[in-house]
Amino acid sequence: MDIASEVRASYAFVARNFNLVKRYLSWEVVFIVFTLVNVLTIGFIGVATGDKRMVLYLVIGALVWRFLSVIFHEVSESIQWERWEGTIEYTFMAPIRRTMMLFGTVIYAVLYGIINTGITLIVALLFFDLTLSGANILTGLLVLIISSFSFIGLGILAAILPLMSTERGSQAAHIIQAIVLLVSGVYYPISVLPEWIRPLSVLSPATYTLRMMRDALLNGRSIGEMWFDILILGIVGFALIPLAIFFFNLAERHAKKLGKLKRSG
Amino acid sequence: MNEVVLECKNLTKAFNTHSNGSGIRNFFVRKKKMFALKNISFSVRKGEIFGIVGPNGSGKSTLVRIIVNLLIPDSGYCMVKGMDVQKNEIEVRRLMNRVSVEASFFKKLSVMENLLYIGRLYNMKSDETRKRVEEIMKKLVFPVTYLEESVENLSRGMQQKVAVARAFMTQPELLLLDEPTTGLDPVSKRHVQEFIVYVRKRFETTILLCSHDMAEVEKICDRVAIIMKGEFVKVDTPERLKILVRGVENTTMEDVFIQLTGREWEQEVN
Repeated sequence: MDIASEVRASYAFVARNFNLVKRYLSWEVVFIVFTLVNVLTIGFIGVATGDKRMVLYLVIGALVWRFLSVIFHEVSESIQWERWEGTIEYTFMAPIRRTMMLFGTVIYAVLYGIINTGITLIVALLFFDLTLSGANILTGLLVLIISSFSFIGLGILAAILPLMSTERGSQAAHIIQAIVLLVSGVYYPISVLPEWIRPLSVLSPATYTLRMMRDALLNGRSIGEMWFDILILGIVGFALIPLAIFFFNLAERHAKKLGKLKRSG
Repeated sequence: MNEVVLECKNLTKAFNTHSNGSGIRNFFVRKKKMFALKNISFSVRKGEIFGIVGPNGSGKSTLVRIIVNLLIPDSGYCMVKGMDVQKNEIEVRRLMNRVSVEASFFKKLSVMENLLYIGRLYNMKSDETRKRVEEIMKKLVFPVTYLEESVENLSRGMQQKVAVARAFMTQPELLLLDEPTTGLDPVSKRHVQEFIVYVRKRFETTILLCSHDMAEVEKICDRVAIIMKGEFVKVDTPERLKILVRGVENTTMEDVFIQLTGREWEQEVN
Protein backbone atom coordinates (compact mmCIF):
# COMPACT_ATOMS: atom_id res chain seq x y z
CA MET A 1 0.00 0.00 0.00
CA ASP A 2 1.36 3.46 -0.86
CA ILE A 3 1.22 6.37 1.56
CA ALA A 4 -2.01 7.79 0.05
CA SER A 5 -3.69 4.40 0.47
CA GLU A 6 -2.44 4.13 4.05
CA VAL A 7 -3.82 7.59 4.85
CA ARG A 8 -7.15 6.46 3.36
CA ALA A 9 -6.98 3.29 5.46
CA SER A 10 -6.35 5.33 8.60
CA TYR A 11 -9.66 7.13 7.87
CA ALA A 12 -11.25 3.81 8.92
CA PHE A 13 -10.60 4.75 12.55
CA VAL A 14 -12.11 8.23 12.16
CA ALA A 15 -15.27 6.87 10.50
CA ARG A 16 -15.59 3.97 12.95
CA ASN A 17 -15.25 6.21 16.02
CA PHE A 18 -17.77 8.76 14.77
CA ASN A 19 -20.14 5.86 14.05
CA LEU A 20 -19.65 4.72 17.64
CA VAL A 21 -20.43 8.26 18.83
CA LYS A 22 -23.70 8.09 16.85
CA ARG A 23 -24.57 4.73 18.39
CA TYR A 24 -23.80 5.93 21.91
CA LEU A 25 -25.44 9.32 21.34
CA SER A 26 -27.27 9.42 24.68
CA TRP A 27 -23.94 8.91 26.45
CA GLU A 28 -22.39 11.69 24.38
CA VAL A 29 -25.16 14.02 25.53
CA VAL A 30 -24.46 12.98 29.13
CA PHE A 31 -20.72 13.69 28.68
CA ILE A 32 -21.37 17.12 27.11
CA VAL A 33 -23.81 18.09 29.88
CA PHE A 34 -21.34 16.90 32.51
CA THR A 35 -18.50 18.88 30.91
CA LEU A 36 -20.64 22.00 30.56
CA VAL A 37 -21.78 21.84 34.17
CA ASN A 38 -18.21 21.24 35.28
CA VAL A 39 -16.89 24.27 33.36
CA LEU A 40 -19.77 26.47 34.53
CA THR A 41 -19.29 25.41 38.15
CA ILE A 42 -15.62 26.33 37.96
CA GLY A 43 -16.51 29.61 36.22
CA PHE A 44 -18.87 30.51 39.07
CA ILE A 45 -16.02 30.17 41.55
CA GLY A 46 -14.43 33.02 39.56
CA VAL A 47 -17.69 34.98 39.57
CA ALA A 48 -17.77 34.67 43.37
CA THR A 49 -14.40 36.46 43.58
CA GLY A 50 -15.92 39.45 41.74
CA ASP A 51 -12.97 39.50 39.33
CA LYS A 52 -13.90 39.11 35.65
CA ARG A 53 -10.30 38.18 34.78
CA MET A 54 -10.48 35.36 37.31
CA VAL A 55 -13.55 33.95 35.53
CA LEU A 56 -11.64 33.95 32.24
CA TYR A 57 -8.56 32.51 33.98
CA LEU A 58 -10.59 29.56 35.29
CA VAL A 59 -12.63 29.03 32.12
CA ILE A 60 -9.45 28.96 29.99
CA GLY A 61 -8.01 26.37 32.38
CA ALA A 62 -11.16 24.24 32.26
CA LEU A 63 -11.46 24.38 28.46
CA VAL A 64 -7.79 23.77 27.69
CA TRP A 65 -7.78 20.88 30.13
CA ARG A 66 -10.94 19.50 28.53
CA PHE A 67 -9.39 19.62 25.06
CA LEU A 68 -6.06 18.08 26.06
CA SER A 69 -7.61 15.42 28.27
CA VAL A 70 -10.04 14.40 25.50
CA ILE A 71 -7.06 13.85 23.16
CA PHE A 72 -5.16 11.92 25.83
CA HIS A 73 -8.20 9.86 26.79
CA GLU A 74 -9.32 8.99 23.25
CA VAL A 75 -5.85 7.90 22.16
CA SER A 76 -5.00 5.99 25.33
CA GLU A 77 -8.41 4.27 25.50
CA SER A 78 -8.41 3.17 21.87
CA ILE A 79 -6.59 -0.09 22.64
CA GLN A 80 -8.64 -0.72 25.75
CA TRP A 81 -11.88 -0.26 23.79
CA GLU A 82 -10.82 -2.77 21.15
CA ARG A 83 -9.94 -5.26 23.87
CA TRP A 84 -13.39 -4.96 25.43
CA GLU A 85 -15.11 -5.37 22.08
CA GLY A 86 -12.80 -8.26 21.15
CA THR A 87 -11.83 -6.66 17.84
CA ILE A 88 -8.17 -6.00 18.65
CA GLU A 89 -6.91 -9.10 16.84
CA TYR A 90 -8.80 -8.19 13.66
CA THR A 91 -7.52 -4.61 13.71
CA PHE A 92 -3.95 -5.77 14.35
CA MET A 93 -4.21 -8.36 11.55
CA ALA A 94 -5.15 -5.73 8.95
CA PRO A 95 -2.50 -4.59 6.45
CA ILE A 96 -2.03 -1.14 7.95
CA ARG A 97 1.10 0.13 9.66
CA ARG A 98 0.77 0.80 13.36
CA THR A 99 1.84 4.43 12.77
CA MET A 100 -1.11 4.95 10.43
CA MET A 101 -3.47 3.18 12.81
CA LEU A 102 -2.40 5.58 15.56
CA PHE A 103 -2.59 8.50 13.09
CA GLY A 104 -6.24 7.70 12.40
CA THR A 105 -7.00 7.44 16.09
CA VAL A 106 -5.28 10.78 16.73
CA ILE A 107 -7.14 12.57 13.91
CA TYR A 108 -10.43 11.41 15.38
CA ALA A 109 -9.34 12.45 18.90
CA VAL A 110 -8.43 15.98 17.72
CA LEU A 111 -11.69 16.40 15.75
CA TYR A 112 -13.74 15.08 18.65
CA GLY A 113 -11.84 17.35 21.05
CA ILE A 114 -12.48 20.41 18.85
CA ILE A 115 -16.24 19.70 18.61
CA ASN A 116 -16.56 18.90 22.31
CA THR A 117 -14.54 21.88 23.52
CA GLY A 118 -16.06 24.20 20.91
CA ILE A 119 -19.59 23.55 22.21
CA THR A 120 -18.40 24.12 25.78
CA LEU A 121 -16.58 27.34 24.80
CA ILE A 122 -19.65 28.84 23.12
CA VAL A 123 -21.88 28.07 26.13
CA ALA A 124 -19.27 29.40 28.59
CA LEU A 125 -18.85 32.66 26.62
CA LEU A 126 -22.62 33.20 26.57
CA PHE A 127 -23.12 32.21 30.19
CA PHE A 128 -20.48 34.48 31.68
CA ASP A 129 -20.76 37.23 29.11
CA LEU A 130 -17.05 36.92 28.43
CA THR A 131 -15.29 38.82 25.68
CA LEU A 132 -11.98 37.98 24.12
CA SER A 133 -11.40 41.54 22.86
CA GLY A 134 -7.89 41.91 24.31
CA ALA A 135 -6.93 38.34 23.52
CA ASN A 136 -4.46 37.22 20.90
CA ILE A 137 -6.56 34.35 19.51
CA LEU A 138 -4.07 33.42 16.78
CA THR A 139 -1.34 32.82 19.36
CA GLY A 140 -3.81 30.87 21.50
CA LEU A 141 -4.72 28.60 18.58
CA LEU A 142 -1.08 28.01 17.68
CA VAL A 143 -0.25 27.12 21.28
CA LEU A 144 -3.18 24.68 21.36
CA ILE A 145 -2.14 23.01 18.10
CA ILE A 146 1.51 22.69 19.16
CA SER A 147 0.46 21.37 22.59
CA SER A 148 -1.74 18.74 21.00
CA PHE A 149 1.38 16.94 19.76
CA SER A 150 2.70 16.46 23.29
CA PHE A 151 -0.64 15.08 24.44
CA ILE A 152 -0.88 12.81 21.41
CA GLY A 153 2.56 11.46 22.37
CA LEU A 154 1.49 11.02 25.98
CA GLY A 155 -1.74 9.34 24.82
CA ILE A 156 0.19 6.84 22.66
CA LEU A 157 2.50 6.12 25.61
CA ALA A 158 -0.56 5.56 27.81
CA ALA A 159 -2.10 3.29 25.11
CA ILE A 160 0.86 0.97 25.66
CA LEU A 161 -0.36 0.20 29.16
CA PRO A 162 -3.58 -1.65 28.16
CA LEU A 163 -1.49 -3.51 25.59
CA MET A 164 0.65 -4.89 28.41
CA SER A 165 -2.01 -5.39 31.05
CA THR A 166 -5.66 -4.95 30.13
CA GLU A 167 -7.31 -3.69 33.30
CA ARG A 168 -4.28 -2.34 35.12
CA GLY A 169 -3.25 -0.47 31.99
CA SER A 170 -6.49 1.47 31.90
CA GLN A 171 -6.26 2.16 35.62
CA ALA A 172 -2.71 3.50 35.22
CA ALA A 173 -3.80 5.80 32.35
CA HIS A 174 -6.46 7.34 34.60
CA ILE A 175 -3.92 7.90 37.38
CA ILE A 176 -1.50 9.59 34.94
CA GLN A 177 -4.29 11.87 33.72
CA ALA A 178 -5.25 12.79 37.30
CA ILE A 179 -1.66 13.60 38.27
CA VAL A 180 -1.21 15.83 35.20
CA LEU A 181 -4.39 17.67 36.26
CA LEU A 182 -3.03 18.17 39.77
CA VAL A 183 0.42 19.46 38.86
CA SER A 184 -0.16 21.52 35.72
CA GLY A 185 -1.88 24.59 37.15
CA VAL A 186 -5.21 24.04 35.44
CA TYR A 187 -7.22 26.02 38.01
CA TYR A 188 -4.47 27.68 40.07
CA PRO A 189 -0.91 28.91 39.61
CA ILE A 190 1.64 26.18 40.24
CA SER A 191 3.27 28.46 42.84
CA VAL A 192 0.56 27.37 45.32
CA LEU A 193 1.67 23.73 45.09
CA PRO A 194 3.92 22.30 47.82
CA GLU A 195 7.63 22.48 46.96
CA TRP A 196 7.96 18.70 46.57
CA ILE A 197 5.25 18.51 43.90
CA ARG A 198 6.60 21.34 41.74
CA PRO A 199 9.25 19.28 39.89
CA LEU A 200 6.35 17.30 38.41
CA SER A 201 4.85 20.55 37.08
CA VAL A 202 8.05 21.16 35.16
CA LEU A 203 7.69 17.77 33.47
CA SER A 204 4.05 18.23 32.45
CA PRO A 205 3.54 19.75 28.97
CA ALA A 206 0.14 21.04 30.16
CA THR A 207 1.93 23.48 32.51
CA TYR A 208 3.48 25.32 29.53
CA THR A 209 0.31 25.09 27.45
CA LEU A 210 -1.80 26.68 30.16
CA ARG A 211 0.75 29.40 30.93
CA MET A 212 1.05 30.34 27.26
CA MET A 213 -2.69 30.15 26.60
CA ARG A 214 -3.36 32.51 29.49
CA ASP A 215 -0.61 34.83 28.30
CA ALA A 216 -2.19 34.88 24.83
CA LEU A 217 -5.84 35.16 25.86
CA LEU A 218 -5.61 37.23 29.05
CA ASN A 219 -2.58 39.39 28.30
CA GLY A 220 -2.75 39.46 24.50
CA ARG A 221 0.86 38.32 24.06
CA SER A 222 1.94 37.57 20.51
CA ILE A 223 3.71 34.62 18.90
CA GLY A 224 6.87 36.75 18.60
CA GLU A 225 6.93 37.36 22.35
CA MET A 226 6.56 33.65 23.17
CA TRP A 227 8.37 32.04 20.25
CA PHE A 228 10.98 30.34 22.43
CA ASP A 229 8.43 28.62 24.69
CA ILE A 230 6.34 27.61 21.66
CA LEU A 231 9.46 26.19 20.00
CA ILE A 232 10.36 24.15 23.08
CA LEU A 233 6.81 22.80 23.34
CA GLY A 234 6.91 21.92 19.64
CA ILE A 235 10.23 20.10 19.95
CA VAL A 236 8.96 18.12 22.96
CA GLY A 237 5.78 17.18 21.04
CA PHE A 238 7.55 16.18 17.83
CA ALA A 239 10.11 14.13 19.75
CA LEU A 240 7.51 12.48 21.95
CA ILE A 241 5.37 11.08 19.11
CA PRO A 242 8.06 8.98 17.33
CA LEU A 243 9.41 7.94 20.72
CA ALA A 244 5.92 6.84 21.82
CA ILE A 245 5.38 4.92 18.54
CA PHE A 246 8.76 3.22 19.00
CA PHE A 247 7.78 2.08 22.51
CA PHE A 248 4.32 1.07 21.26
CA ASN A 249 5.92 -1.22 18.68
CA LEU A 250 8.21 -2.71 21.33
CA ALA A 251 5.23 -3.29 23.61
CA GLU A 252 3.25 -4.92 20.79
CA ARG A 253 6.12 -7.33 20.11
CA HIS A 254 6.32 -8.13 23.83
CA ALA A 255 2.54 -8.74 23.95
CA LYS A 256 2.82 -11.02 20.91
CA LYS A 257 5.54 -13.05 22.60
CA LEU A 258 3.47 -13.51 25.75
CA GLY A 259 0.20 -14.05 23.87
CA LYS A 260 -1.53 -11.03 25.38
CA LEU A 261 -3.27 -9.74 22.25
CA LYS A 262 -6.49 -11.48 23.07
CA ARG A 263 -9.98 -10.38 23.83
CA SER A 264 -10.64 -9.55 27.44
CA GLY A 265 -13.68 -8.26 29.24
CA MET B 1 -2.32 -27.64 -6.69
CA ASN B 2 1.43 -27.21 -6.94
CA GLU B 3 2.35 -23.88 -5.40
CA VAL B 4 2.96 -23.97 -1.65
CA VAL B 5 0.95 -21.11 -0.11
CA LEU B 6 1.55 -21.82 3.57
CA GLU B 7 4.64 -23.40 5.04
CA CYS B 8 5.24 -23.82 8.77
CA LYS B 9 8.53 -25.25 9.93
CA ASN B 10 9.51 -26.50 13.39
CA LEU B 11 7.04 -24.27 15.24
CA THR B 12 7.34 -24.43 19.00
CA LYS B 13 5.53 -22.25 21.51
CA ALA B 14 5.41 -22.51 25.28
CA PHE B 15 3.65 -20.34 27.84
CA ASN B 16 4.62 -19.77 31.43
CA THR B 17 2.10 -20.98 33.98
CA HIS B 18 2.30 -21.09 37.75
CA SER B 19 2.85 -24.52 39.18
CA ASN B 20 0.10 -24.06 41.79
CA GLY B 21 -2.29 -24.17 38.84
CA SER B 22 -4.31 -21.22 40.13
CA GLY B 23 -3.22 -18.82 37.41
CA ILE B 24 -2.62 -16.25 40.16
CA ARG B 25 0.80 -14.66 40.07
CA ASN B 26 2.69 -15.58 43.17
CA PHE B 27 6.37 -14.76 43.47
CA PHE B 28 6.93 -17.72 45.78
CA VAL B 29 5.52 -20.20 43.28
CA ARG B 30 7.84 -21.39 40.55
CA LYS B 31 6.84 -20.82 36.93
CA LYS B 32 6.27 -23.88 34.77
CA LYS B 33 6.56 -24.04 31.00
CA MET B 34 3.53 -25.41 29.24
CA PHE B 35 4.04 -26.33 25.59
CA ALA B 36 1.20 -25.24 23.32
CA LEU B 37 3.01 -26.36 20.16
CA LYS B 38 5.93 -28.75 19.77
CA ASN B 39 7.97 -28.77 16.62
CA ILE B 40 5.06 -28.48 14.16
CA SER B 41 5.92 -28.63 10.45
CA PHE B 42 3.55 -28.77 7.50
CA SER B 43 2.73 -27.08 4.23
CA VAL B 44 -0.50 -26.33 2.40
CA ARG B 45 -0.75 -26.02 -1.37
CA LYS B 46 -2.78 -23.56 -3.41
CA GLY B 47 -6.49 -24.39 -3.41
CA GLU B 48 -6.13 -27.06 -0.75
CA ILE B 49 -8.39 -27.33 2.31
CA PHE B 50 -6.18 -28.52 5.14
CA GLY B 51 -7.97 -29.58 8.29
CA ILE B 52 -6.60 -29.65 11.82
CA VAL B 53 -8.60 -31.59 14.36
CA GLY B 54 -7.95 -31.86 18.04
CA PRO B 55 -9.61 -31.31 21.38
CA ASN B 56 -9.75 -28.01 23.32
CA GLY B 57 -6.30 -26.82 24.32
CA SER B 58 -4.51 -29.00 21.79
CA GLY B 59 -2.82 -25.99 20.13
CA LYS B 60 -5.09 -25.25 17.13
CA SER B 61 -5.76 -21.59 17.96
CA THR B 62 -2.15 -21.01 18.98
CA LEU B 63 -1.09 -22.24 15.54
CA VAL B 64 -3.55 -19.92 13.78
CA ARG B 65 -2.40 -16.96 15.90
CA ILE B 66 1.21 -17.64 14.95
CA ILE B 67 0.35 -17.78 11.25
CA VAL B 68 -1.44 -14.42 11.38
CA ASN B 69 1.46 -13.01 13.44
CA LEU B 70 -0.57 -12.24 16.55
CA LEU B 71 1.72 -14.56 18.45
CA ILE B 72 5.48 -14.96 18.06
CA PRO B 73 6.77 -18.55 18.26
CA ASP B 74 9.70 -19.50 20.48
CA SER B 75 11.30 -21.20 17.50
CA GLY B 76 10.47 -22.06 13.92
CA TYR B 77 8.87 -19.92 11.24
CA CYS B 78 5.85 -19.49 8.98
CA MET B 79 5.99 -18.49 5.33
CA VAL B 80 3.05 -17.38 3.21
CA LYS B 81 3.78 -17.50 -0.53
CA GLY B 82 7.47 -17.55 0.30
CA MET B 83 7.32 -14.54 2.63
CA ASP B 84 8.09 -14.73 6.33
CA VAL B 85 5.01 -13.66 8.31
CA GLN B 86 7.11 -11.63 10.74
CA LYS B 87 9.59 -10.04 8.35
CA ASN B 88 7.02 -9.17 5.64
CA GLU B 89 4.04 -8.62 7.90
CA ILE B 90 2.21 -5.94 5.89
CA GLU B 91 2.55 -7.82 2.57
CA VAL B 92 1.48 -11.10 4.18
CA ARG B 93 -1.47 -9.58 6.04
CA ARG B 94 -2.89 -8.47 2.70
CA LEU B 95 -2.92 -12.08 1.51
CA MET B 96 -4.78 -13.68 4.37
CA ASN B 97 -7.73 -13.40 6.69
CA ARG B 98 -9.24 -15.36 9.52
CA VAL B 99 -12.52 -16.44 11.08
CA SER B 100 -12.35 -17.38 14.74
CA VAL B 101 -14.81 -19.07 17.05
CA GLU B 102 -15.69 -15.71 18.65
CA ALA B 103 -17.34 -13.41 16.14
CA SER B 104 -15.80 -10.23 17.77
CA PHE B 105 -17.42 -7.05 16.47
CA PHE B 106 -18.22 -3.56 17.67
CA LYS B 107 -21.56 -4.70 19.04
CA LYS B 108 -23.37 -1.35 18.84
CA LEU B 109 -22.34 -0.72 15.25
CA SER B 110 -24.42 -2.09 12.42
CA VAL B 111 -23.26 -5.08 10.37
CA MET B 112 -22.41 -2.79 7.46
CA GLU B 113 -20.58 -0.24 9.64
CA ASN B 114 -18.42 -3.06 11.02
CA LEU B 115 -17.70 -4.41 7.55
CA LEU B 116 -17.00 -0.96 6.08
CA TYR B 117 -14.47 -0.41 8.87
CA ILE B 118 -12.60 -3.61 8.00
CA GLY B 119 -12.95 -2.90 4.27
CA ARG B 120 -11.26 0.48 4.72
CA LEU B 121 -8.39 -1.14 6.62
CA TYR B 122 -7.89 -3.35 3.57
CA ASN B 123 -8.06 -0.27 1.34
CA MET B 124 -11.41 -1.22 -0.17
CA LYS B 125 -13.74 1.53 -1.36
CA SER B 126 -17.15 1.68 0.34
CA ASP B 127 -19.06 0.77 -2.85
CA GLU B 128 -16.78 -2.21 -3.44
CA THR B 129 -17.29 -3.41 0.15
CA ARG B 130 -21.08 -3.09 -0.07
CA LYS B 131 -21.15 -4.99 -3.37
CA ARG B 132 -18.98 -7.84 -2.14
CA VAL B 133 -20.83 -8.07 1.18
CA GLU B 134 -24.18 -8.36 -0.56
CA GLU B 135 -22.87 -11.11 -2.85
CA ILE B 136 -21.40 -13.08 0.05
CA MET B 137 -24.46 -12.65 2.25
CA LYS B 138 -26.68 -13.97 -0.54
CA LYS B 139 -24.53 -17.12 -0.68
CA LEU B 140 -24.69 -17.44 3.11
CA VAL B 141 -28.48 -17.04 3.10
CA PHE B 142 -28.20 -13.97 5.32
CA PRO B 143 -31.12 -11.51 4.89
CA VAL B 144 -29.78 -8.27 3.39
CA THR B 145 -32.29 -6.29 5.49
CA TYR B 146 -30.21 -7.14 8.57
CA LEU B 147 -27.12 -5.36 7.21
CA GLU B 148 -28.15 -2.10 8.89
CA GLU B 149 -29.00 -3.84 12.17
CA SER B 150 -26.70 -3.57 15.22
CA VAL B 151 -24.58 -6.68 15.59
CA GLU B 152 -25.77 -7.07 19.19
CA ASN B 153 -29.31 -7.72 17.90
CA LEU B 154 -28.24 -10.68 15.79
CA SER B 155 -28.26 -14.32 16.81
CA ARG B 156 -24.97 -16.18 17.31
CA GLY B 157 -25.41 -17.92 13.95
CA MET B 158 -25.98 -14.65 12.11
CA GLN B 159 -23.00 -13.02 13.83
CA GLN B 160 -20.82 -15.91 12.72
CA LYS B 161 -22.03 -15.46 9.14
CA VAL B 162 -21.01 -11.79 9.36
CA ALA B 163 -17.60 -12.94 10.62
CA VAL B 164 -17.32 -15.23 7.60
CA ALA B 165 -18.26 -12.33 5.30
CA ARG B 166 -15.65 -10.11 6.99
CA ALA B 167 -12.92 -12.60 6.15
CA PHE B 168 -14.05 -13.47 2.62
CA MET B 169 -14.79 -9.92 1.43
CA THR B 170 -11.07 -9.07 1.43
CA GLN B 171 -10.60 -11.92 -1.09
CA PRO B 172 -7.71 -13.57 0.76
CA GLU B 173 -5.48 -16.13 -0.90
CA LEU B 174 -5.08 -17.88 2.42
CA LEU B 175 -8.00 -18.26 4.77
CA LEU B 176 -7.65 -19.45 8.35
CA LEU B 177 -10.85 -20.82 9.80
CA ASP B 178 -10.66 -21.50 13.52
CA GLU B 179 -13.79 -23.42 14.46
CA PRO B 180 -16.02 -21.31 12.18
CA THR B 181 -19.11 -23.44 12.70
CA THR B 182 -18.88 -24.11 16.44
CA GLY B 183 -22.18 -23.27 18.14
CA LEU B 184 -24.12 -22.89 14.88
CA ASP B 185 -27.43 -24.60 14.23
CA PRO B 186 -27.32 -27.37 11.60
CA VAL B 187 -28.76 -25.17 8.84
CA SER B 188 -26.33 -22.28 9.42
CA LYS B 189 -23.50 -24.79 9.71
CA ARG B 190 -24.39 -26.23 6.30
CA HIS B 191 -24.54 -22.71 4.75
CA VAL B 192 -21.06 -21.90 6.03
CA GLN B 193 -19.62 -25.28 4.95
CA GLU B 194 -21.10 -24.95 1.47
CA PHE B 195 -19.70 -21.45 1.19
CA ILE B 196 -16.20 -22.64 2.14
CA VAL B 197 -16.33 -25.27 -0.61
CA TYR B 198 -17.71 -22.71 -3.10
CA VAL B 199 -14.93 -20.22 -2.37
CA ARG B 200 -12.22 -22.81 -2.84
CA LYS B 201 -13.75 -23.87 -6.15
CA ARG B 202 -14.44 -20.34 -7.41
CA PHE B 203 -11.27 -18.50 -6.27
CA GLU B 204 -8.87 -21.39 -5.58
CA THR B 205 -8.49 -20.04 -2.05
CA THR B 206 -6.16 -21.99 0.22
CA ILE B 207 -7.92 -22.86 3.45
CA LEU B 208 -6.72 -24.00 6.85
CA LEU B 209 -9.68 -25.32 8.83
CA CYS B 210 -9.36 -26.00 12.56
CA SER B 211 -12.30 -27.88 13.94
CA HIS B 212 -13.77 -30.08 16.62
CA ASP B 213 -16.21 -31.41 14.14
CA MET B 214 -14.90 -34.70 12.72
CA ALA B 215 -17.72 -35.01 10.20
CA GLU B 216 -17.03 -31.48 8.94
CA VAL B 217 -13.33 -32.07 8.26
CA GLU B 218 -14.07 -35.44 6.68
CA LYS B 219 -16.61 -33.81 4.37
CA ILE B 220 -14.63 -30.80 3.15
CA CYS B 221 -10.90 -31.26 3.81
CA ASP B 222 -8.36 -32.64 1.34
CA ARG B 223 -5.91 -33.52 4.09
CA VAL B 224 -6.30 -33.65 7.86
CA ALA B 225 -3.79 -33.30 10.68
CA ILE B 226 -4.66 -34.75 14.07
CA ILE B 227 -3.19 -32.63 16.84
CA MET B 228 -2.81 -33.65 20.47
CA LYS B 229 -1.02 -31.65 23.18
CA GLY B 230 0.67 -29.42 20.62
CA GLU B 231 1.94 -32.21 18.38
CA PHE B 232 0.76 -33.55 15.05
CA VAL B 233 -0.02 -37.23 15.57
CA LYS B 234 -0.75 -37.96 11.91
CA VAL B 235 -1.31 -36.03 8.66
CA ASP B 236 -3.05 -37.58 5.67
CA THR B 237 -6.20 -37.57 3.54
CA PRO B 238 -9.40 -38.56 5.40
CA GLU B 239 -9.63 -41.72 3.27
CA ARG B 240 -6.09 -42.86 4.07
CA LEU B 241 -6.53 -42.02 7.75
CA LYS B 242 -9.63 -44.21 7.86
CA ILE B 243 -7.72 -47.12 6.33
CA LEU B 244 -5.47 -47.05 9.41
CA VAL B 245 -8.40 -48.15 11.56
CA ARG B 246 -8.97 -51.88 11.51
CA GLY B 247 -11.77 -53.97 12.85
CA VAL B 248 -14.44 -51.23 12.77
CA GLU B 249 -17.24 -51.18 10.24
CA ASN B 250 -18.14 -47.85 8.56
CA THR B 251 -15.07 -46.16 10.01
CA THR B 252 -15.48 -42.51 10.96
CA MET B 253 -12.89 -39.83 11.74
CA GLU B 254 -13.77 -40.26 15.41
CA ASP B 255 -12.58 -43.88 15.15
CA VAL B 256 -9.37 -42.59 13.57
CA PHE B 257 -8.86 -40.18 16.45
CA ILE B 258 -9.38 -42.91 19.06
CA GLN B 259 -7.07 -45.28 17.23
CA LEU B 260 -4.27 -42.74 16.82
CA THR B 261 -4.41 -41.14 20.23
CA GLY B 262 -5.75 -43.91 22.39
CA ARG B 263 -8.39 -41.53 23.73
CA GLU B 264 -12.14 -41.17 23.45
CA TRP B 265 -13.08 -38.16 21.29
CA GLU B 266 -16.08 -37.03 23.37
CA GLN B 267 -13.98 -37.14 26.50
CA GLU B 268 -11.31 -34.92 24.90
CA VAL B 269 -13.74 -32.37 23.50
CA ASN B 270 -15.66 -32.01 26.72
